[in-house]
Amino acid sequence: MRAPLFLARKVYRRRRLRDAARILPFLGLFLMLLPALWSPGRGGGGAAVFVFSVWALLIAGAAALAPGLARPEADGGEAEGTED
Amino acid sequence: MPFDILVLTCLAYVIFLFLVAFAVERRAGQGAMGFLRSPVVYTLSLSIYCTAWTFYGAVGYAARSGIEYLTIYIGPTLVFVGWWWVLRKLVRIGRQQRVTSIADLISSRFGKSNLLGVMVTVIAVVAATPYIALQLQSVTLSFAVFASDAPAGWALPNRDATAVWVAGGLALFTILFGTRKLDAKEQHHGIVMAIAVEAVVKLVALVAVGVWVVWGLAGGPAAVVARISAMDNPDWALQPGRWFGLTALAAAAVITLPRMFQVLVVENVNERHLARASWAFPLYLFGMSLFILPIALIGLERMPADSNPDMMVLTLPLSEGQGTLAMLAFLGGFSSATSMVIVETVALATMLSNHVVMPLWLRLRPLAAMSGDLRGGILLARRLSIVGVLGLGLAYYRLSGGTVALASIGLIAFAGMAQVLPAMLGGIFWRGATKAGAVAGLATGFAAWGWTLFLPSFGQDVLIPASVFAEGPFGIGWLRPQALFGTGTMDPLLHSIFWSCALNSAAFCAGSILTFPDPVERIQGAAFVNAFDREAQAERLGWTHGQAEPEALLNLAQRILGEEALTFFEAEARAQGKEGYLPDLTPAFLAELERRLAGSVGAATAHAMISQLFGRATVTVEDLMAVANEAAQIMESSARLEAKQQELTITARQLREVNEKLTQLSVQKDAFLSQISHELRTPMTSIRAFSEILTEGDLPPAMVADYGRIIHDEAKRLTRLLDDLLDLSVLENGTVQLNLDLAHLGQMLDRAEAAASQTRPGRAFRVERDVTGEEVYLRTDSDRLVQVFINLISNARKYCDADPAVLRVVVRLKAGRVSIDFIDNGKGIPKDKQGLIFEKFSRLTDLSRAGGAGLGLAICREIMANLGGTVAYLPGQRGAAFRVTLPLRLEKQVA
Repeated sequence: MRAPLFLARKVYRRRRLRDAARILPFLGLFLMLLPALWSPGRGGGGAAVFVFSVWALLIAGAAALAPGLARPEADGGEAEGTED
Repeated sequence: MPFDILVLTCLAYVIFLFLVAFAVERRAGQGAMGFLRSPVVYTLSLSIYCTAWTFYGAVGYAARSGIEYLTIYIGPTLVFVGWWWVLRKLVRIGRQQRVTSIADLISSRFGKSNLLGVMVTVIAVVAATPYIALQLQSVTLSFAVFASDAPAGWALPNRDATAVWVAGGLALFTILFGTRKLDAKEQHHGIVMAIAVEAVVKLVALVAVGVWVVWGLAGGPAAVVARISAMDNPDWALQPGRWFGLTALAAAAVITLPRMFQVLVVENVNERHLARASWAFPLYLFGMSLFILPIALIGLERMPADSNPDMMVLTLPLSEGQGTLAMLAFLGGFSSATSMVIVETVALATMLSNHVVMPLWLRLRPLAAMSGDLRGGILLARRLSIVGVLGLGLAYYRLSGGTVALASIGLIAFAGMAQVLPAMLGGIFWRGATKAGAVAGLATGFAAWGWTLFLPSFGQDVLIPASVFAEGPFGIGWLRPQALFGTGTMDPLLHSIFWSCALNSAAFCAGSILTFPDPVERIQGAAFVNAFDREAQAERLGWTHGQAEPEALLNLAQRILGEEALTFFEAEARAQGKEGYLPDLTPAFLAELERRLAGSVGAATAHAMISQLFGRATVTVEDLMAVANEAAQIMESSARLEAKQQELTITARQLREVNEKLTQLSVQKDAFLSQISHELRTPMTSIRAFSEILTEGDLPPAMVADYGRIIHDEAKRLTRLLDDLLDLSVLENGTVQLNLDLAHLGQMLDRAEAAASQTRPGRAFRVERDVTGEEVYLRTDSDRLVQVFINLISNARKYCDADPAVLRVVVRLKAGRVSIDFIDNGKGIPKDKQGLIFEKFSRLTDLSRAGGAGLGLAICREIMANLGGTVAYLPGQRGAAFRVTLPLRLEKQVA
């Protein structure tokens, strides 16, 4: 509300980027726990491939988010106190 | 593969690491950091998470339990991918509070409590000792692998000797690069660079072995996956509880292990590096763990059944005749072990020396704290701690005999350090967390971990008797080490993690809720929990965080230094080749500016100001205390100055008064002289005139007689005047000789009244006396006193304008003094003249100048002063009134 209107969209995107960064580990945890719930008969091979695939996806996701998050925080910081 | 070449290569590699560390330290010393501060180095330094346990032990782990080993790397991956939650805050707090270790973080969050520092240090040392032993063991084992096929002359004489040599070398390296200088931020650029290099070596080594195994031996990735699926080993099945528990444990460990905290938080030079590490470090872990399963799989297939799976990374290439690859693998393992030991030792030594050794030393020798430079002592404590930590690891290795599987030791250490997690997370996210809660949580968690995991790890009947395992201590069944509260069906490791963390958290929360924090704790709590608030506020105010503009700096400096600031900035700009502009904010410039500011406002204040402006670190409570201290000193000195100034003002005023008096006296003297010449001149003139007439002769005898009488009178007046003057000067100089004797006041007044009756004898004048009051004997100079009385009575006779004139004489006795009032019924003396009457030659009117030279009252005043009394005009008595006060008994004055 403090920032001018034409900036709002950018600020909004940055905040959602942070939300994504917060959600990512939980998504990872969820996916990583899935193999443990599979029936034991399915063998280790599939699980290994699945785990490594999820892992690679997580790394890619974090790499995609990192540059946006690392940018100097010139705006949007006021949300910190209320959201955390 | 000859063993001597292995030893030589190993030595060359170590020397190379020394050179790298040395060169980096030198460049850092020159301020040329450049590449050293890159996020790549930061990420690589984080790789000390992968120790020899990863390098050798993970393969063994995979060979025993399938893909469960992945949990150890998935946990950290999740923490790093979710860096926005915890890591970012940890790093920010670490930089703001200048945290030097995890013990320091906990201690500083809970009101700088050294008790907590000691507790965390103890936990860390206990948990890390087996882990360090494990590294020594792995290096020794890997040497042994090579020695087994060495010629007899090179046979490893003694495993223990190897371990001692390795530990000694590591101690030397750590002391050289870990304690070279004492830096407030505890950053060790040389070591960080060396472990970054080692990180590359171990990744390359493991990937090389992995590629060789997958493509050389197994026949491609697809074949490997097929073989994994074909495995029907029941141990390889995923256990959901362990899968989740170990992931959580590894996630906790990656932020609480002392060495991880050291590289993650303490050695962090730029917060933004964390963003890069958030995906680069998981990528590194991915690379490290990708080939572990294939290596384990092929190793199981090809190696004899009795071979140690922990050493497969080495033994597999060796058995296939790949000497160079084995050598690379050896260096990789060596790197993993050494880098971990070095950083762990540095971190533990920092904790030990800061929280245990130095406080003890200062308590034993309190004088040392006063005598200034403690650097030598701290460095010595640090070095001793390094030797001590390595010595503990070595001792553990020799005692345990190196038989335990690598993986289990690593997990025990993880679970031990994880006990710090509730206090840490609670500390940075929950303002209500208190010191008592943290102490309770740590103590409970540590005890539970020790009882359920650490002590049992030595085996039954070693430290805990088998009967206790079966029936519990003193037969209390629900306290059995591996079946706490009857949970005997759980996996022992999971059981320990579950109970220690649950009890720890419960004690932490209960303790925090039930107790009340002290002020420092509350301030620190707010600073930790709201680590980002200042930034948010700064944004609102329109500041850019961490970037002070030169203008702002100049503004600040000018307010303190005045003109000097401008000159300094100009000189600095000229030195930087930017004449006419403001200088760049180089570290050297800032340091110099801080030094100059410190000269004006004190070191702590200057540091706080510069730090605040740069956002390098938050001002801590200690800073504030130092600032307050300085301010108090300044205030004290300014108060002293003020007092001195006041004193000076008073002295100046006194001087001014004295000066005024002197001027006045000088004026008075001039007036006196002119008066006296005038007084002398008047009778002289008449004497001269009449004597001239007489000398002319021819005068009737009556006239001659008349003139002669006038001359005689004038001469008498002159004589009287001179007598008076003489008298006055004698009295004023205080050289008058007093003849003290006992005298009756009434008689003296009688004498005075009789003598004064000569003055204007024709006047109707009555004196009213108080005869009974005059019955007083005085010890004084009666002649002088009578002189005063005469003067006062004759004054009344002369000047009292009432008819008939009445003079009342009232005598009073009070506190050893007698006062005699002479009050007439005339008009009195006008108020504005009352101050003048006692001055010399002062006459109120020329009308009734009856021969006095105006010296009478002046003489009276001097006489009374000599008699130890006063004479003063009494206002408000309707007529003229004088009060003579003098002591009943005048003691002989000390001349």
